[in-house]
Amino acid sequence: MSSITELSLNEIVSNIKSKKFSSTEVTKAFIERSEKSKKLNAYVTENFSSAIDCAKKFDEKPNYELKLPGIPIAVKDLFCTNGIKTTAGSKILNNFIPAYESTVTQNIWQQGGILLGKLNCDEFAMGSSNETSFFGNVHNPIGENLVPGGSSGGSSAALAANLTPVTIGTDTGGSIRQPASFTGTVGLKPTYGSCSRYGIVAFASSLDQAGPMTKNVKDCAILLEVISSFDKKDSTSIDFKRNNYSSELTNNIKGKKIGIPKEYRVDGMPQEIENLWKKGIEFIKDCGAEIIDISLPHTNYALPTYYIVAPAEASSNLARYDGVKYGFRSAGENLIDMYEKTRSEGFGEEVKRRIMIGTYVLSSGYYDAYYLKAQKVRQLIKKDFDDAYKIVDAILTPSTPSSAFKIGEKSDDPVSMYLNDIFTVPVNLAGLPGISIPAGLDKNGYPLGLQIIGKPFDEQTILNIAYSMEEKINFKNNISDWWI
Amino acid sequence: MTIDLKTVKHISKLSRISVDDEKANKLAGDLNSIFSFIEKLNELNTENVEPLTSIAETTLRFREDEIKSENIREKILKNSPENNEDFFVVPKVVE
Repeated sequence: MSSITELSLNEIVSNIKSKKFSSTEVTKAFIERSEKSKKLNAYVTENFSSAIDCAKKFDEKPNYELKLPGIPIAVKDLFCTNGIKTTAGSKILNNFIPAYESTVTQNIWQQGGILLGKLNCDEFAMGSSNETSFFGNVHNPIGENLVPGGSSGGSSAALAANLTPVTIGTDTGGSIRQPASFTGTVGLKPTYGSCSRYGIVAFASSLDQAGPMTKNVKDCAILLEVISSFDKKDSTSIDFKRNNYSSELTNNIKGKKIGIPKEYRVDGMPQEIENLWKKGIEFIKDCGAEIIDISLPHTNYALPTYYIVAPAEASSNLARYDGVKYGFRSAGENLIDMYEKTRSEGFGEEVKRRIMIGTYVLSSGYYDAYYLKAQKVRQLIKKDFDDAYKIVDAILTPSTPSSAFKIGEKSDDPVSMYLNDIFTVPVNLAGLPGISIPAGLDKNGYPLGLQIIGKPFDEQTILNIAYSMEEKINFKNNISDWWI
Repeated sequence: MTIDLKTVKHISKLSRISVDDEKANKLAGDLNSIFSFIEKLNELNTENVEPLTSIAETTLRFREDEIKSENIREKILKNSPENNEDFFVVPKVVE
């Protein structure tokens, strides 16, 4: 039998329920492997000894009715955890200890989950490679000096390296799906309003969503079921009837109509990705679903729109970091000087760049030309999807225009870094659910993902499509444990 | 459109982020390449398009105006870079 850490969440849960494993055994196994994997730099904060205490407590009085019975889970360091340092990958929050718990993590602990630690991420989730983190680069377990994607890069690396059975990330423009694609794992961004944003360090409030990152689709359904909830503490949380995603999971997608948008064939995209997409289309046909060519005419405008809307919201959200009530402070000659020095020294370059873009597009004289314009184009992008969903049930695209790249390869050119999110950003702008599943390897042996985009609140359909494709694809990650 | 050094300095003031001349030059370059990428939106005629302000089409809920907070004053103050007993401390603002 393979070791505990190689098992899926679903398998571990079954083994705990049948008393084959104790929570303590499982927790120790993941801690032991995490201890051996420091080179990946996936963790910002370890919670190991307290995790073992929690596991022992669970084993003394086990509750097998829970969905995550005594399961250790490491989470992205963007979720506030009561009494445990939460940094958002930033120097400015390096010493911040929240006095409250995010709703999403609370939901996990309520179902028996145990906090293993906090995972590295791009600073304030602004990045596509985890290189903007104050706590350093994360290595992709696929290969040394390869980025794990971002912003949930510590999460994707920890998951692919078997340091945690499942994890959660946040996705503002692709920050769950792109790292999932780069590491050969599954990542789902739910419909805007599904998972509460309460207690998540805010980046762009009209785009941010938390979501599951897992080794397979079944696990993804289980974790989504746990974290998706209506929450009065988040004014944009939506009260809709949530499915029992894991028990309703089926590989029967006969008669489903799947759209293939022609605009997602972009210049310079490697032939391998095009081929993979074609293969995905064949798999879907084999499952008895119907393929329909569609058009999402404003796709090319999504990234420029995103790079107005997201920085604008960020500049407003990040105004709170002023060195007064929490976080880093730099001494100044007077109050204003203190603010300016604190923010200059406390934020990294990418965060400062985005705050300044946001400040500019919201500033007097430029608001209409940029921010209002972007909000209008966002409407057109959403309408593209609304129109498409009159004809199809879901949409299949590649997840990213390339596989994982080398650390440092794109960090000097913001625009080329931004292009990473070309296929994922439209989904956030339209508030839709999207899932990335591993679909194959490129010539270097690096994973590539396919994305399935759904109708609002129809996570079940994209999970079902992903589930049936997963069976056909039978993906195997090529990880050698080079870091141990 | 180009963003010059003066504009960068102005934005940095508005953002309350101090930048020295060297950084400002680098930022001007970055911002120009980002904004030339953003200019693409001008290809679209959006005259009769309603701006999308919220993706969640719900009306904001009302709630009772009640005090629910726990007594976490100490925990809150502990996070501040400088405080004395019950207050956050900032550099002197009144002469």
